[in-house]
Amino acid sequence: MANCRTYWHNGRTGTTGITGLTKNMEEISFSSQLLQYAITGVTIGSIYAMVAIGFNIIYNVTEAINFAQGEFVMLGGLVMVFLRVAVNIPVIFSLPLTIMLVTMVGILLDRLAIKPLSKPSVLAMVIATIGASFFIRGAAMMLWGKNPFDLPPFSGRNPISFLGAVVQPQGLWVVGFLLVVVVVLTLFFDRTILGKALRACAVNPSASSLVGINVKHMVLVSFALSAAIGALGGIVITPISLMEYDRGAMLAVKGFSACVLGGIGSFPGAVTGGLLIGLIESLGAGLVSSGYKDVFALLLLLFVLFVRPSGLLGNAEVSKIRKF
Amino acid sequence: MAKNRSAVHLTIFGGCLFLFPLLARWISFLEHYVDVMVFVGIYSLVAVGLCLLMGYAGQISLGHASFFGLGAYVSGIITAKYGVNPWFCILLGMVVSGGVAFIIGAPSLRLRGHYLAMATLAFCIIITIIFNESIAFTGGPDGLAFIPGISIMGYALDSVVKYYFFVWSVVLMVLLLCLNIIQSRVGRALRSIHGSELAASAVGVNVAKYKIYVFVLSAVVASVAGSLYAHYLNFINPASFDLFVSIKLLIMIILGGIYSLWGAILGAVLITFLSYEWLHYFGEAEVMVYGAIVLIIVIFLPGGVVSIPEKVRSLCRGSKLKVEG
Amino acid sequence: MKANRSVGKGAVCLLAAVVLATFILIPVVQVSAAEAYKVGAVFSVTGRASFLGDPEKKTAVMLQEEINKKGGINGHPLELVIYDDEGDSTKCALAVRKLISRDKVCAIIGPSLSGLSLAVLPEAEKHKIPLVSCAASYKIVTKNPETGEQWKWVFKTPQSDSMAAEAIYTHMKKHGISKIAILSVTTGFGASGRSELLRLAPQFGMTIVADEKYGPKDTDMTAQLTKIKGLAPQAIVNWSIGPTQVVVVRNWKELAMTNATLYQSHGFGSRKNIELAAGAAEGVYCPLGACNIAEVLPAAHLQKKVTMEYLKAYKAKYNEAVSSFGGHAWDALALVTKALGAVGSDKAKIRDYLENLKGFVGQHGVFNFSPKDHNGLTKEAFQMVVVKNGDWALTD
Repeated sequence: MANCRTYWHNGRTGTTGITGLTKNMEEISFSSQLLQYAITGVTIGSIYAMVAIGFNIIYNVTEAINFAQGEFVMLGGLVMVFLRVAVNIPVIFSLPLTIMLVTMVGILLDRLAIKPLSKPSVLAMVIATIGASFFIRGAAMMLWGKNPFDLPPFSGRNPISFLGAVVQPQGLWVVGFLLVVVVVLTLFFDRTILGKALRACAVNPSASSLVGINVKHMVLVSFALSAAIGALGGIVITPISLMEYDRGAMLAVKGFSACVLGGIGSFPGAVTGGLLIGLIESLGAGLVSSGYKDVFALLLLLFVLFVRPSGLLGNAEVSKIRKF
Repeated sequence: MAKNRSAVHLTIFGGCLFLFPLLARWISFLEHYVDVMVFVGIYSLVAVGLCLLMGYAGQISLGHASFFGLGAYVSGIITAKYGVNPWFCILLGMVVSGGVAFIIGAPSLRLRGHYLAMATLAFCIIITIIFNESIAFTGGPDGLAFIPGISIMGYALDSVVKYYFFVWSVVLMVLLLCLNIIQSRVGRALRSIHGSELAASAVGVNVAKYKIYVFVLSAVVASVAGSLYAHYLNFINPASFDLFVSIKLLIMIILGGIYSLWGAILGAVLITFLSYEWLHYFGEAEVMVYGAIVLIIVIFLPGGVVSIPEKVRSLCRGSKLKVEG
Repeated sequence: MKANRSVGKGAVCLLAAVVLATFILIPVVQVSAAEAYKVGAVFSVTGRASFLGDPEKKTAVMLQEEINKKGGINGHPLELVIYDDEGDSTKCALAVRKLISRDKVCAIIGPSLSGLSLAVLPEAEKHKIPLVSCAASYKIVTKNPETGEQWKWVFKTPQSDSMAAEAIYTHMKKHGISKIAILSVTTGFGASGRSELLRLAPQFGMTIVADEKYGPKDTDMTAQLTKIKGLAPQAIVNWSIGPTQVVVVRNWKELAMTNATLYQSHGFGSRKNIELAAGAAEGVYCPLGACNIAEVLPAAHLQKKVTMEYLKAYKAKYNEAVSSFGGHAWDALALVTKALGAVGSDKAKIRDYLENLKGFVGQHGVFNFSPKDHNGLTKEAFQMVVVKNGDWALTD
């Protein structure tokens, strides 16, 4: 860890002695501030979007919300820290390895918590995933302890200046990986048999099983896939926010908000919802009140729900058929 | 017949509750459990109201911790800061929670399933932030301390056992009220809504009205529980009423058995004792064990703890049939 | 009739289950020497405030082992009953009542959080049992803020937040800073520090241009800092704990705001935080107790010996850096142990002894208790420290 100090090259460390105390800071214009809020909002929002996509994949097949989604993100971060920092495997290998390991957890979650349900009602599945999330969080606490962990960023810590605002290089990675996820998922659902089968399950599970799709198998695939995406989210956000065992719940709530705002089950909705919530939080914190920043996003969400009960891009018909 | 049966149940239940503190006087180990049972009673109240809403009317709510909290904060702030009579504050809390439930419920209850869950969840988070941020009134995250206790006509409820009897009499009254509601026209209307809203409205049930009615009722009950909590613990903080408490309440009624008010009480007993007492023996593995227990019950007892006698009976009957066949 | 029978059967089953559960769950009765001194402890070992309770529990266990290895207190072994309140007020109250009624301890240390300490102190007063809190707020010991009257049975070991705020403001004043911004986390820790900063600002002639907040699990504080940057304060005070205080340091560096000096609260007092900030913490100031900076203290310092011993033992046992909070538990348990050694296990005598104890050298300062002061520390218990070359350095 000691050599981390070399990540910083802007040479400002020298000015922060006692002599620097009384200096005034360089000015920042209002438009640069706005830009900075937008950059921050998009970065955080991308993570919410990734969590929301994970929710959607499972929802589309099972109609249930997987409350352990946030734990996948947490695990992604912590497993990556273990492989990258403790075992010292380069990013290019540790990243796919982490995703594979967390995907295994997703598969186990389906096999041990979802499949054994004798009457898989939506409520039972929700409670099962809540139970599983407690279990995973507890296990992570036993394994990693309670302290936060850091992961070196993929490409250094030198911020990039842009029109008076700064961009963290890791922020670019976050947004980039969201794009990759969106593109890969679009191709997967449009071009592959497995993806098409998943979509069929989403439209009508009983009809899909009539045409020979194994729905139980598809549930497994959905859990594996959303665990993989959650893990990716965790890996890319850890260099920005650090990671500790109990962060999953907050990410799950934010991701769920994003998911509902966009309309449950809709992938463009998840991305829109995630980015919107990130932006409102950041702009609300900067321009109005940072104490109430989470309230603004939620009020918008409530407003949208009251006007459009199935979210921004959700399908009203679909949400009518599905009941709790 | 059904009414008689629930009367019998209530009598037995009340009798056991009455005997428990007496038993605890003899067995010193149980003494502390009376203290825990007070909290069980308080959570039972919220759970019974929530069960009426979820199990009977089929509407999910992740916001009931907030109504619980509204009751607690109205009672706590007004008695601690202005010295008003606690009884008046309990009533005021009921009015405030009922009013808020009405305002929130009217637009929210048009939503279904996960959308309703999200709307109530958002409400819960917003209320927690308000509790945290309005420091001048609520004391902020550090909480509000030194809330006075409660007394009945000059008789102070200043010991654990006295408060135990007080809380559980309130629970029995609310339980009686809810059991009556279930067996009345309203109860049938609620069940029809749970079955199918479309069919219910086709046979002339005013769906929107009944949904609001039961939502407000459960919020008012939660508020009473909140006031009782504040006057017993003499301290409240936002963490006692946040989203995780809402989720805990949800777990209570589902593990207890969502289609029965008795299930709600069993769930409150189970979860409260687990989290406040029994899981302590597992040390730091507590959270893990808790998760495992939740999973095991959902998997092996889909009808909740309340379905155990029925399950045992059907197992016995099943084996008898086999022998005869 | 049939229904009645099944109800009866159900009741029998239930009773059997309760009896069985009771027997299974009766804790293993510890067979120890009859004259063991029993001390209770309530810490937030897990849950939202585990960063406080975890080192506190570890420290208390370590200290207990050390004492018993040396043959206990005047030959009496020390028995420590630790409960985890998970930062939950209900659980905390139940734990304290259980310590009093079931475990029959002669003194209690903890809780970790100020709010929870306020919640349980009436119990200590009611049952006349000494409680040595490990939480910071001055309200815990002050019964009446106007007269300064103290609660009879309650003590606390951490420095008050007002002392940390005063130390920071004094340092600022000395260096000509008067225009500042405040950042705080929306937990009890942050809110308490924030209110002290706001309260004391006029006394020190500080103008607060921004008062920003963030949640304990937030991912990024760039938005709050950007707003502060626009207001160009001379310094920023950040009052938080856990991962967010590290993220603030990093964001502050990324936004090139190092010309506005960053002051952290004493919550920053762990080397782990400097490491996590990955170099960004250079030039960050914070007020710390002797316990955090044992290595850089001059050899003649009164607390050098105790703090070095604690630091080495803790590192050897748990392989992690000490934090401020473990030190508070050390002080609390060491005080109770000293009282037990002097006057035995009589609760009233322990209380009286603690109230008049002077010159006790602890991890966070030299304690001088009096009937008017149940904390026993002065603002000298805080030392302004700056992060230099990845380590603490003393500063004036």
